[in-house]
Amino acid sequence: MTFEPVLTARIGRDRSQSIDTYVADGGYEALRKVLGGDWTPEAVTEEVKKSGLRGRGGAGFPTGVKWGFVPKDTKGKPVYLLCNADESEPGTFKDRLLMEKDPHQMIEGQIISAYALKSRTSYVYIRGEFFHGARVLDRAIAEAYEKGFLGENILGSGFSHDITVHRGAGAYICGEETGLIESLEGKRGQPRIKPPFPAVFGVFGAPTIVNNVETLCCVTHVMKRGAEWFAKIGRNEKNTGPKLYCLSGHVNRPGVYEAPMGLPMKDLLFGDAFGRGMKDGRTVKAVIPGGASAAMLTAEEIEDCPLDFDGLAAKKSMLGSAAIIVMNEDTCIVDAARNLAKFFSHESCGQCTPCREGTPWLHRVLDRIESGEGRAEDVDLLEKISNQMANGMTICVFADAAIAPVLSSIGKFRDEYRYHVENRRCLVGSRASVEATA
Amino acid sequence: MTGRRYSVAPAGRPAEFPPAALERIEKILARYPTKQAALLPVLWVAQETWGWISREAAEEVARILDLPAAHVAGVLTFYTMYNLEPVGRHLLQFCTSISCHLAGAEGLVEHCRNRLGIDLGGTTPDGKFTMVEVECIAGCDRAPSMMVNDAYHEPMDLASLDALLGSLP
Ligand SMILES: Cc1cc2nc3c(=O)[nH]c(=O)nc-3n(C[C@H](O)[C@H](O)[C@H](O)COP(=O)(O)O)c2cc1C
Ligand code: SF4
Ligand code: FES
Repeated sequence: MTFEPVLTARIGRDRSQSIDTYVADGGYEALRKVLGGDWTPEAVTEEVKKSGLRGRGGAGFPTGVKWGFVPKDTKGKPVYLLCNADESEPGTFKDRLLMEKDPHQMIEGQIISAYALKSRTSYVYIRGEFFHGARVLDRAIAEAYEKGFLGENILGSGFSHDITVHRGAGAYICGEETGLIESLEGKRGQPRIKPPFPAVFGVFGAPTIVNNVETLCCVTHVMKRGAEWFAKIGRNEKNTGPKLYCLSGHVNRPGVYEAPMGLPMKDLLFGDAFGRGMKDGRTVKAVIPGGASAAMLTAEEIEDCPLDFDGLAAKKSMLGSAAIIVMNEDTCIVDAARNLAKFFSHESCGQCTPCREGTPWLHRVLDRIESGEGRAEDVDLLEKISNQMANGMTICVFADAAIAPVLSSIGKFRDEYRYHVENRRCLVGSRASVEATA
Repeated sequence: MTGRRYSVAPAGRPAEFPPAALERIEKILARYPTKQAALLPVLWVAQETWGWISREAAEEVARILDLPAAHVAGVLTFYTMYNLEPVGRHLLQFCTSISCHLAGAEGLVEHCRNRLGIDLGGTTPDGKFTMVEVECIAGCDRAPSMMVNDAYHEPMDLASLDALLGSLP
């Protein structure tokens, strides 16, 4: 059976952002259906549960189940829905595409989700760098108000909803849902201690659900074509639906690719419809399957590796934001780990001592190994620092993310680390040079 | 850590929002249940008004939103996109995160540094360019990616960087 793109179906279309082309392509039909009288909010939640949809933001938590955590009695408090459009995980660029090219697909999903949650107000928290994406969304939201898909008494249903685009200002940690909530409240984006969970006590002290851009886009299609249809796409009943994969690094054709959840990694890298193999005929050395926070895999490990939540968990890594970063045989693993450590050192929010102190320490040690000044005990030291940052020593899982590239690269390429320390240089050609792109 | 900038520079003159900006601020406030929640958007208005956010501008924002000035300063120093001192006409932002790194982003930075004679964080004496390093900007499939002010330029190589720098007014 050939797969017809769902989420990216309209991307190449002329004026794909406009509400006219969206409606002409069957857009807002799902919303009309949901608000048409036969669907209670609870029934929508049930349908989403049945679809097997799991969050596309990183953790893969079942969306309908999460919605069910909002208390029945909110004690007079409103319910907020927040769309997480912070997309900052290195290697990830799917939400940018979805918002810039087909904003109404997301907006429709957001209104339907809000209806299921009985939410009057939602926000799109979009990273500050997406100036263009924010303008596209603002325009699309204005169009939706004009056509009566937003605002008071939508399509005469009695349901009312408002969406506001809220721009971040440069901080990776605001993608973590409680960091996002703090930031939306006008504070530093420092994650909260959980519990209480956002579904009970979120933004402005009210029940709050945070969902990723792609998740909300999926909701549109679940309600348009049904949970059963959605659940049939994908590798198995735990990994369902269409999925966007962000492919970057040393492949011939990097880009965003849509496929059924569970696409084999080898297909993504080498398939004609996807990456078309390694650039310059090189071989694969390592692949990061889920963004900077995911453990690296070796060439051997990707042989039989479905790209979905459980397929990657089985390899002790994760699908995360589905950012697949491919490194060829000429890549110095220590250099790559150092680059990732620099990211985490820069982005730690600084609340927890193990994370605030550990992330720059890891970076310093990796930097000295890579620069040929490593000491015999440094590799052990990296592991020791990492272990002190892991396993619930911190407020959020950022610290666990920060150590994943370090520990996995040491575990899988220990010889290369040893070579650096003993020979004071890289085993392979060291850093990438810009000539690679010239 | 993100909040590694500690001070907000004074401009030496009072900051007063022009009427159009004040109107925008009114509209922003209507979208949130608390005044504090309007802080990030209002700081964006300030940055669009003056190009950077001076201590006086921060104090004016604090006054309008009924917030302690220290809270505003704390927020300002946490987020990297608010300019706490004047920047050049063209803010060159080079991504050096992993996918861009694998595509040789540091070579671009090095080249730009040599060509402009400034360091990361620096501004050319004529006030034309400021260059900074940024973390992943979601342009990884077109690495190395960079932004100039609010626009993406990708993928870049030495020749396209030269052409870009030469074309900016
Ligand atoms: C450090 C960190 C950064 C994150 N960044 C993002 C992000 O940029 N976008 C996103 O959707 N989720 C991000 N998440 C996941 C969110 O916390 C949250 O799980 C997600 O937005 C929930 O939406 P979903 O259930 O639709 O996936 C991040 C999590 C962590 C720990
Ligand atoms: S683990 Fe790191 S990023 Fe997360 S709250 Fe603690 S200091 Fe902040
Ligand atoms: S790594 Fe540079 S844009 Fe993502």
